[in-house]
Amino acid sequence: MHCHNNLTTINIPEGAKKIVLVGNPNVGKSVFFNTLTGVYVDVSNFPGTTVDISHGRFGSDVVIDTPGVYGISSFNDEEIVARDVILSADLILNVVDAVHLERDLFLTLQVIDTGIPVIVAINMMDEAAEQGIKIDIDLLEHLLGVPVIPTVAIKNKGLDQVKARLYEAQVGNIPADLKKQLAETLNRIGCWAEALLVLEGDPHVADRHGVEPGTQRDEIYHARRHRVNDVLQHVVSETQEGIRFSTKLGRLMLNPLTGIPFFFVALYIMYYVIGVVVAQDIVGFTEETIMQGFYEPAIRSFIGRFISEESILGMILIGEFGLLTMTATYIVGLLLPLVVGFYLILSIMEDSGYLPRLAALVDRLMNVIGLNGRAIIPLILGFGCVTMATITTRILGTQRERTIATAILGLAIPCSAQLGVIAGMLAGLGTKYITIYVVVLILVLGIVGKVLHKVLPGESSDLLIDLPPIRLPGVKNVLKKTVTKSHAFLEEAVPLFALGALIISGLQITGLLDVIQTLFAPITEGLLLLPRETATAFIMGMIRRDFGAAGLSDMALTPEQTLISLIAITLFVPCIAAIIVMFKERGAREGSLIWIGSWIAAFLVGGIVAHIIL
Amino acid sequence: MTLDQAKRGQRLYIASITGDTVRAQAIRFGIFEGSEIHCAEKLPAGPIVISKGKQEIAIGRRLAENIEVQPA
Repeated sequence: MHCHNNLTTINIPEGAKKIVLVGNPNVGKSVFFNTLTGVYVDVSNFPGTTVDISHGRFGSDVVIDTPGVYGISSFNDEEIVARDVILSADLILNVVDAVHLERDLFLTLQVIDTGIPVIVAINMMDEAAEQGIKIDIDLLEHLLGVPVIPTVAIKNKGLDQVKARLYEAQVGNIPADLKKQLAETLNRIGCWAEALLVLEGDPHVADRHGVEPGTQRDEIYHARRHRVNDVLQHVVSETQEGIRFSTKLGRLMLNPLTGIPFFFVALYIMYYVIGVVVAQDIVGFTEETIMQGFYEPAIRSFIGRFISEESILGMILIGEFGLLTMTATYIVGLLLPLVVGFYLILSIMEDSGYLPRLAALVDRLMNVIGLNGRAIIPLILGFGCVTMATITTRILGTQRERTIATAILGLAIPCSAQLGVIAGMLAGLGTKYITIYVVVLILVLGIVGKVLHKVLPGESSDLLIDLPPIRLPGVKNVLKKTVTKSHAFLEEAVPLFALGALIISGLQITGLLDVIQTLFAPITEGLLLLPRETATAFIMGMIRRDFGAAGLSDMALTPEQTLISLIAITLFVPCIAAIIVMFKERGAREGSLIWIGSWIAAFLVGGIVAHIIL
Repeated sequence: MTLDQAKRGQRLYIASITGDTVRAQAIRFGIFEGSEIHCAEKLPAGPIVISKGKQEIAIGRRLAENIEVQPA
């Protein structure tokens, strides 16, 4: 068999076998991975995606994890990554959920059909037993043609068996019809697994071989689905009917009457953890006490011994916007705790099964602005860090949706750093002003989304989402996810923050910052009816959003002026790192439109509010 | 009739699903022409939640309009 190795990102030692873990989302695959590899694990980002794959050693071989997928194809980034890792596998450990065999065995049969040796672990056997599901393991083994091992991974049951029998993995039963169908494509391509995907119409794999994607997906999928149902009929017997508590709880989260209050409670907990505990207490300590209190003076005096702070290099390294001062403080003191906090909450919501239900609950609302329920994820993340959220828009189905979500993030979502300062200033103004602020922002968000939805060509994708059972998330799993995601984000964002700092230092050194400041003044006084000094805050806001807001808090403003300036600064351009990411993700044209659009929105809306209330 | 017209608690057969990608994604969850499903929840003007065995799936309203069903 001549198959391509698509895994250029992972170093595979000479002669080592590639053992690939495959499974649907939420089947407990990571426990298997940890058991096989132990503590020494590498995480690498798959080029062009937000998808990270972990790999580690099992004896002299390499174990590679894949993102949870429902099938091998290329409907989204996760699937593309999983597909390429699977195609390069020497041996596949397929983990399936005993309770959801009807869904999971579809992937199992597809994996078997690739002709790669497979071993199947049926996980969560205890849950299945609890629900009166009986599975005839021996018969399943016989029907699939590969070893099948029952396990309860989180209770460490059956894992030794998996380890011991891993190399008994074998090529399973591939139906004769499919073999016949494959014969011709196989002749041209020379690799069984890739021939299968070409036949199933995968455009990328077909392109790699310079052939047209096949048109037989429907036929093959249907045949496979019938095989799954046939297998199930023989091996599964259910003794118990009725709805379980977790199913009921899941329904309550969906039903608007109970689901909406639940959502607000979840939001409040999230606000409390991120907005109060992390953004105020923890960041107060890490940013002010540690970084600004100890680190910055230390690095200034250390570098200052060799380079004067007033020299050009000195300004770049340890100046106001220095790489070793502001950038380091920002990333370590502010961003790191926030990003970790956000990913921690997101991982808990993800692993508990709540996130897909939330997506369903808000789907209708999101449709108004041309998005589907899934888009709630980047929008919520935006309140943490807009840069992080912009990268996450990759989970959305179409380019159109990504454009809309990115524009909303750039315009109307204040990030947590900024929100902290804004909340502090608003709190002193009273309920009336807080309400105006929130209503204006929601209006802008709605209008921007609605307008883009109208003007952008094409159609947005619809919601089709699996609602996994509500479960108590595992601590280890949540922590691991948080670390992996935070790490991946920082790896991507740190160079951009550094670049942003460099640009600003450059503006300062060349004196351009002062020039901009002078040019800017008329808009503030004429349009926004604010003192001309507020221009400085806006300039600062171009660098870091919270700088802008913080700049305002030092000024003597009337309550009306505070409100106007806060609305304008919130709508104003995203921070320099976020805008760089937007350029990278959406291209120069869209990136600059969003940036210019933020100027217009900020001063237009700010101006309108100013002339109404003043 | 189409899936968006289903009533909460109703049992249905899938008659046809329009759209290649959607059909391919749905069949993985065990939902395809001929399969019997249960309308578990309807969000007002929003997604339809269908269940089949232990599997639950939320389907956007517009998508549901493209799925032909028959009462079982």
